[in-house]
Parts: sequence; structure tokens; C-alpha cells
Amino acid sequence: MSQAITTNASGSTGAEPPLLEISGVHKTYFMEGVTVRALRGVDLTVRRGEFVAIMGASGSGKSTLMNILGCLDRPTHGTYRINGVEVSHLSKNQLATVRNRQIGFVFQGFNLLARTSALENVEMPMVYANVQPEERRERALAALASVGLTGREHHTSSQLSGGQQQRVAIARALVNTPAVILADEPTGNLDSRSSVEIMAIFQGLNQQGITIVLITHEPDIARYATRNVRVKDGLISSDAPVESQLDATAELAALPPLEQNGFADETEPPVIEEREGANLP
Amino acid sequence: MNLWGVVRLALISIARNKMRSFLTALGIIIGVGSVVTMVGVGQGAYASVQNEISKMGTSLIMIMPGSSSSGGARMGMGTMTTLTEGDADALAADCPSISMVSAVVRTSGPMVYANQNWSTQVMGVGIDYLDIRASKVTAGRYFTEQEVRNGAKVCVLGKVVADNLFGSINPIGRIIRIKKMPFEVVGVLEERGQSGPGQDQDDVALAPLETVKRRMMGISHINMIMASAVSDDAVDEAKEEIANVLRRRHRLTDNQDDDFQIRTQADIAAMAGSTLGIITLLLGAIASVSLVVGGIGIMNIMLVSVTERTREIGIRMAIGARASDILTQFLVESVTLSCVGGLLGILLGMGLTSIISRFTEWQVYVSIPAMIIAVTFSAAVGIFFGLYPAWKASQLDPIEALRFE
Repeated sequence: MSQAITTNASGSTGAEPPLLEISGVHKTYFMEGVTVRALRGVDLTVRRGEFVAIMGASGSGKSTLMNILGCLDRPTHGTYRINGVEVSHLSKNQLATVRNRQIGFVFQGFNLLARTSALENVEMPMVYANVQPEERRERALAALASVGLTGREHHTSSQLSGGQQQRVAIARALVNTPAVILADEPTGNLDSRSSVEIMAIFQGLNQQGITIVLITHEPDIARYATRNVRVKDGLISSDAPVESQLDATAELAALPPLEQNGFADETEPPVIEEREGANLP
Repeated sequence: MNLWGVVRLALISIARNKMRSFLTALGIIIGVGSVVTMVGVGQGAYASVQNEISKMGTSLIMIMPGSSSSGGARMGMGTMTTLTEGDADALAADCPSISMVSAVVRTSGPMVYANQNWSTQVMGVGIDYLDIRASKVTAGRYFTEQEVRNGAKVCVLGKVVADNLFGSINPIGRIIRIKKMPFEVVGVLEERGQSGPGQDQDDVALAPLETVKRRMMGISHINMIMASAVSDDAVDEAKEEIANVLRRRHRLTDNQDDDFQIRTQADIAAMAGSTLGIITLLLGAIASVSLVVGGIGIMNIMLVSVTERTREIGIRMAIGARASDILTQFLVESVTLSCVGGLLGILLGMGLTSIISRFTEWQVYVSIPAMIIAVTFSAAVGIFFGLYPAWKASQLDPIEALRFE
């Protein structure tokens, strides 16, 4: 059930430990006297370079799984290894460091700091990693360029469209070169065109060898990934490679021009062209 | 995260809510402002009283006879007739800690010049009196030794007396009548103002001791001896020497009380000083209550701010901020708020003190220690009242915080 399926040949070998390895994870909550068993023994292995979509209905335990994968929460039982290092029993502060260095979050609600420029938002993870200001700026600019936001570094969240905000969030997730990008319903608040744009960015990043774990309840979005894992009632119910992966870039090209899409910002740069050939930090 | 980065972050977030930040800091501004002002006023009062006292000469020693009693009714201090000129001479001869001595007699009576008259105190004094009181003659001259010895009919007038009798006329060399006795005015005293309630030091006429004592009053005792210690530090020693000499001369046995009283200017200064010190402390304490109130204001706003920014805290935690980073961020914010308030409060205090000194003629000091204490205290208020909200922020669960709407 929890077999690792490597669909992306990015040089991972059998000798190397899996990037993420969850085994026998239980998570039990006690809420107002009621015991909620959100996860009941989950095994999941993600190898370097995979693009995994975790799917499930609300209440299935996929959010809990995502919190544990993201080191925001600790399992009640079981182990979680990142690059072969056990992290399930680390202290709060150690978990903060793991989140800072190993995990890049992309949320449904973007979660950018209000009234703060795109550049400063992207610099923030490096602030907590004690990166020097000059290097911070340099890397943040490169990350923003890689998601096609050159020229919008000093816009605040309210001056950016939803798709652009999500791209800032992706740049922020990328900037500390984490082991994995965890995207929790990244297209949930976006219109269909922006959704495809964001998925195109993820696919592009994945092609460059970056591991992505995507949490979604939309089967259409999951088909952009290379592997689909379904969670049901706190257990993994299926785990299979995607038969016919969708190509977001091709889809985007087939979409009608921007003006007819009701898109507020017409000066938005074409994402895909900007992305290709951009250097990742 | 380095300190400057944290402070910068705090300043940005304070600047985002300018009105609210200002109102929050206002508590501290008023608190520090009033501490600085009140302590300044207190110290100004202290300094001007000390200055007034030292103008009279801090080495001044006054010896007055004790109280006499007649038929069971005690007459009050200075009513005994036990002090004599001989006592004064003995003090001058036998007390090494005393530099100058003058016997003093006092009476009062009408003075007349032409069609003007004025009633005031007339003091018979010795040659050293002027120096003992650290006073000066601004016009004319003081008595000569010969005039004092011979009991010459010359007088030196206080400013008030001179003004009332002569107006714009130069009084030097004129003859006035004091209790119908003619005196030549030889000098006018320097203006000194009030000393203590209702005592105008300029409303006085001085004449040689012998003249007043024998010719005007017809007494053989004296009212008071004024002396000056060799230095301010020698006052206590001088007091002891005086007591010894007088007890011996008055033949007092060991179980008899002194029949005289010794008062020094230093006693008065110390008493006035301690009173004003207490008042200053009290003013400062009352003012610092407003600092505490200001601190509570900061705590209140920081708690609101933590709730408002729960999501921001969640984002920061997800991205890798430790609990200590969050704690520092909010703590620095409240300390910055209170310190900026403290600095503005100093400016307010300086403004208020300068206004007060302009309108009251007091010398009002802006006290540097008071400022340092006020700002240190306001920083401490910021830490104390900021700690709980910051701790609350740092203990948030990142999952809950991210879910917060």
C-alpha cells in the first residue's frame, strides 16, 4: 500500500534514504472529552524528485498528515524521518529549525504578511535562518524572478492578484532551498486560469528536481502530479502513479488570451516564458 | 535574527498603527513628562531655598537667651536678660572655631526725615555684623570701628526704609530722627528680599551697638549674639565651644539646662532641605503612578495586537520562527513603544519645566538623573507589561494560529 513509486528519474538510487518517510503514524486528539483518531497508522514514503498529490475528503485526516509532514505537529505514535533523520520527537524549537531549513509551505490562503512587500515576505525565512542582508536580498530577488514576479518586488499583498500572491508564497517557500515544498490546497482560492498557472510553476519546479507534496481535494488538480495518494478515515486507501499527467504549460497556451478572462491585472508578465531558464536559488 | 532587525521590525509595526501607537505611548509620555516636571520643580525649589539660605551665610550662628519666667508664666525664647556684651567678647576670645562675633540689640521705633516717617526695626550691631550676615553696603559706607566704639549717632538703612523716607533723594549724609534722636545716614544696605514668612530683610535700620543699647534702649544686656564659624564645616565645633564658654560664664551646674539657645544656618538649611526632599519624592512618586498606568495601557494594546496578529504569528512560526523569536519580537515592540514614549515624555517635561519657570520665577531644573531614571523606568515598564502579551504570542500553536481568522 505504501510502496514508494518513483516516476521522476532524478537520480535517486536505492542506497539513498527516502526523502520523507512516515511509518506507523497515529495521531489522536482529545477534544472536549471526545477522542478523535485522525490518523490510524499511516505509512508513506516520498522519494527525492517526486510530485505527490495527497487527496481526501475533509475529515479524512489529510490535513493532520500535512501538519505532521510539515513538522507543525508531532505524531502520537510512529516515526517520521526527513533525509533519514528522525524528527517526530524533536522539541518545538528544533521543529522550527526543521521547518525553516527543510520545508517550504504554500497555503490555500497565501498567508503573506499584510502591508509587507513581496520582497520582504520572501526574505522572511532567511531572516530566521540568519542569512546576511545582502545575500537575503539577492536570493529573494532570484526566487521572485523564478516565479515570474520581476518588477513586482515592492508590491504589497493588496497590490497583487491572487495568482501573484500565491507565486510570492512559492518564492518564499523556495528561498531556503528546502527538501520539500508542501502545498496545502494552493489553488483553492484561485480562479481556474490562475490555478493552471500555479500548477505550471509547480510542474516546472518539479522538472528541475524539486520534491513537491500537494494536498488537494480536487481530482483535476491532483492529475498535474506524478503520484496520487488517497487518504480515507485516517488511513491511506490508495497510492498509485498518475496514468496520464496533465501538462499545465500546454493547457495554459490553449487558454484564450488574458483580457477575456476577467483578469484584473493585464500587465501581468507571461508566467511560463519568464519561468523557463530562470535560475533557482 | 539580530537585534537591529528585531527593532526595525518593531518600528515598522508601530508605524503601521500610528494613531494607536501614539495613544498607547501617551500614557508613558505623560508619566515620564510629569516625573521629569515634578522632580524638576522639587529640585528647583530645593535649590532656590538652599541658595537663599546660603546667601545669609551658612556659617552663621545665632545665640539667643533662653526664656524667662515671671510668676509661673514663661515668657518665651529670647526673653531672658542673661546675655551680655561680655559674653560676646568672651566668645570672640575663647572660641577658635569662630571667626567673627557681633552682639545685637533690637528695638523698634518711628523714624522721621523731613515730612516723611516710617516705623521699623532698629538693630544695634557690632563692626563684624555686616560680614557675618554676608551683606553689603551699596551706597555710602558701613560704620567705622571708632563710630562703633564711641557710640556715634550714625545709621545704615535697609532699602525699604531708605525708599520710604527719601524716595528719590540720595539719603547719604542726611540727618534722620530715630525715636527723636538725630542720626546721620552713612550707607544703604544691599537689597536682600524676604527671609522666611513676612520677614523683610530690607526693612531695617542698623546703628552701632552702644548707641542703640545705651542711648536708645537704656539696657545692659543684649538680645542676641551673631557669630560666624571659620568655615561651614566648623559650625558644629563652634556650637560646642560656644555652649562651653557660655555655660562657664553663666555658672551653670551640670544638672542645669542651658539658659541660651544656639541656632545655626546649617540647621535651618538641613531642615528645609529634608522637607523639600520629602516633597520632591512625593511628587515624583505620584507622577510615577501615571507611568504604571501607562504601562497597563501598553499591556492592553499589546494583548490586542497579539490577537490581531495571530495569523502573522502562525505564518512566522510555520516559516521557522522559534518561540523565542516571537517573544523577542513582541517584547522589543512594547519596549520600543515605551522608550519612544519615554523620550517624548522627556521633551514634554522639559517644555513644562521651562513654562513653569517662566511663569513662577522659580529656578526650575531639568534634572538629568530624573530623566535617566524616568527612561529606565519606562523601559522597565515596557518589559514588565510587555512580557505577558509576548509570552502569550510565543506560546501559540502554529496550526491554530494559521487557522485563525
